Amino acid sequence: MEGNTAWVLTSAALVLLMTPGLAFFYGGMVRGKSVLNMLMMCFGAMAVVGVLWVVFGYSMAFGDDLGGGLLGDVTQYFGLSGLLGGDALTGTAFVAFQGMFAIITVALIAGAIADRARFGAWMVFVVLWATLVYFPVAHWVFDFSTDDGHVGGWIANNLVALDFAGGTAVHINAGAAALALAFVLGRRRGWPKEPMKPHNLPFVMLGAGLLWFGWFGFNAGSALSAGNLAGVAFVNTLTATCAAIIGWLVVERLRDGHATSLGAASGVVAGLVAITPACAFVDTWGALAIGVLAGAACALAVGLKYKFGYDDSLDVVGVHLVGGLIGTLLIGFFGTVGVNDGGVDGLFYGGGLTQLGKQAVGAFAVLAYSLVATLIIGFLIKVTMGFRVDEEAEINGIDEAEHAESAYELSGLRGGGSSIGRAADTLAGKVPAASKEGVTP
Amino acid sequence: MKLVTAIIKPFTLDDVKAALEQVGVLGMTVSEVQGYGRQKGHTEVYRGAEYSVDFVPKVRVEVLVDDTLGDKVVEAVVEAARTGKIGDGKVWVTPVDTVVRVRTGERGGDAL
Repeated sequence: MEGNTAWVLTSAALVLLMTPGLAFFYGGMVRGKSVLNMLMMCFGAMAVVGVLWVVFGYSMAFGDDLGGGLLGDVTQYFGLSGLLGGDALTGTAFVAFQGMFAIITVALIAGAIADRARFGAWMVFVVLWATLVYFPVAHWVFDFSTDDGHVGGWIANNLVALDFAGGTAVHINAGAAALALAFVLGRRRGWPKEPMKPHNLPFVMLGAGLLWFGWFGFNAGSALSAGNLAGVAFVNTLTATCAAIIGWLVVERLRDGHATSLGAASGVVAGLVAITPACAFVDTWGALAIGVLAGAACALAVGLKYKFGYDDSLDVVGVHLVGGLIGTLLIGFFGTVGVNDGGVDGLFYGGGLTQLGKQAVGAFAVLAYSLVATLIIGFLIKVTMGFRVDEEAEINGIDEAEHAESAYELSGLRGGGSSIGRAADTLAGKVPAASKEGVTP
Repeated sequence: MKLVTAIIKPFTLDDVKAALEQVGVLGMTVSEVQGYGRQKGHTEVYRGAEYSVDFVPKVRVEVLVDDTLGDKVVEAVVEAARTGKIGDGKVWVTPVDTVVRVRTGERGGDAL
């Protein structure tokens, strides 16, 4: 028991690191004039969701069901009442671990609205979206009923769609919300005609590396035990992600002529997303197939925004919605009880189409709810307080307008302490007289 | 006096500097610039989206020289910066009315 608690606490810390990792993954992809805003949207989500989670979010997600498997009892664990001082694994460690999931899910959405969202409006969005969308959906998917009378959510217990670590609740949920917000906020000025290329690809690679590292906690930690299941999830998280890099790069090489670093970093995330729901339900061949298919499919899917004209700036839809759907649905094909007797056999393992149907219902229920609810929340913020910065702020850079900072001070002429600083020294008589001796009037 | 301005490929800067010192040039100003001539830019691809990068990084070298040294300096730069491939750059010479050394106030040829 102590070993399991230790693993879940460790995993929780790993999952927290994913959000700063995501901040750099996203931050490198935006232009230099808006990188701080992207980092701040991610850190802002950490701040707000962390507070909401301990006050009432955990209770909404994991309190006793109020009816229909739709929502937990918000009063039961309000302020974590009754959890602190009890059993560590089922209480505090689990609260911490699941809290990190809530944070990263909300932060994922930020990539769709890069460069143009007012920071205050985003923070209000975070409150509303976490409360009205994430906490209920987490209840649907992650809250299992127990023998001692606790009743959980409908996808986990009534439908019994499999989602080991959050393909539906995290990735389809965030991807659908991203699509809705990209629609609510509209395109960035100049998109897609003006080039808006990534300003720091090493940041993107660094962020992808941190995400991958943290994701081992996300997936293997979801076993909630330090045993075989965690090992299976861990290895599959490695397998599928490696295969996804190959899948993405092969598509790029064939289509564009070059294998790019942005493609490799994106392949990492696509593979991680797709294996998330399936990581403890498939064997090595299943993980390889899910990874390579997700890498290739997401590499193709990121082009859809140009076709349909929506500015999902950093491809949250193309990677998380598409990758989440692929992983969730492919459990219906590649699932096998050979690795986990709590799983099911999919179509390719003699299990027929039943599970695929359940996976589809779970996936599309989350997709539809998130899409509609996010549209409503987004429009509400848009008409009341305004969601976008004005044109001048967007053109000059949102960092300066929203945060009064700039990320990089590379030009010596603009910098404090250069010419102006020296002039001040001269006026104050600090410059040695010797340096003025040569002056002839 | 003349102002010799050269736009060159960045990697030739060391050779150009050495060549200028060889002919007796005592100082120069260099800056990183971007532009294009017949070489045009190039294309980059990010997640399948093509971006045409019109402006190519170059280095601008500016040298103030005495009238007598003008041709030799131009020759030295051209010699050192030439690779024979498209995009080698340009050198031009403009007449200069006055030069003042800030420290001493010397003017004209004495200020070089």
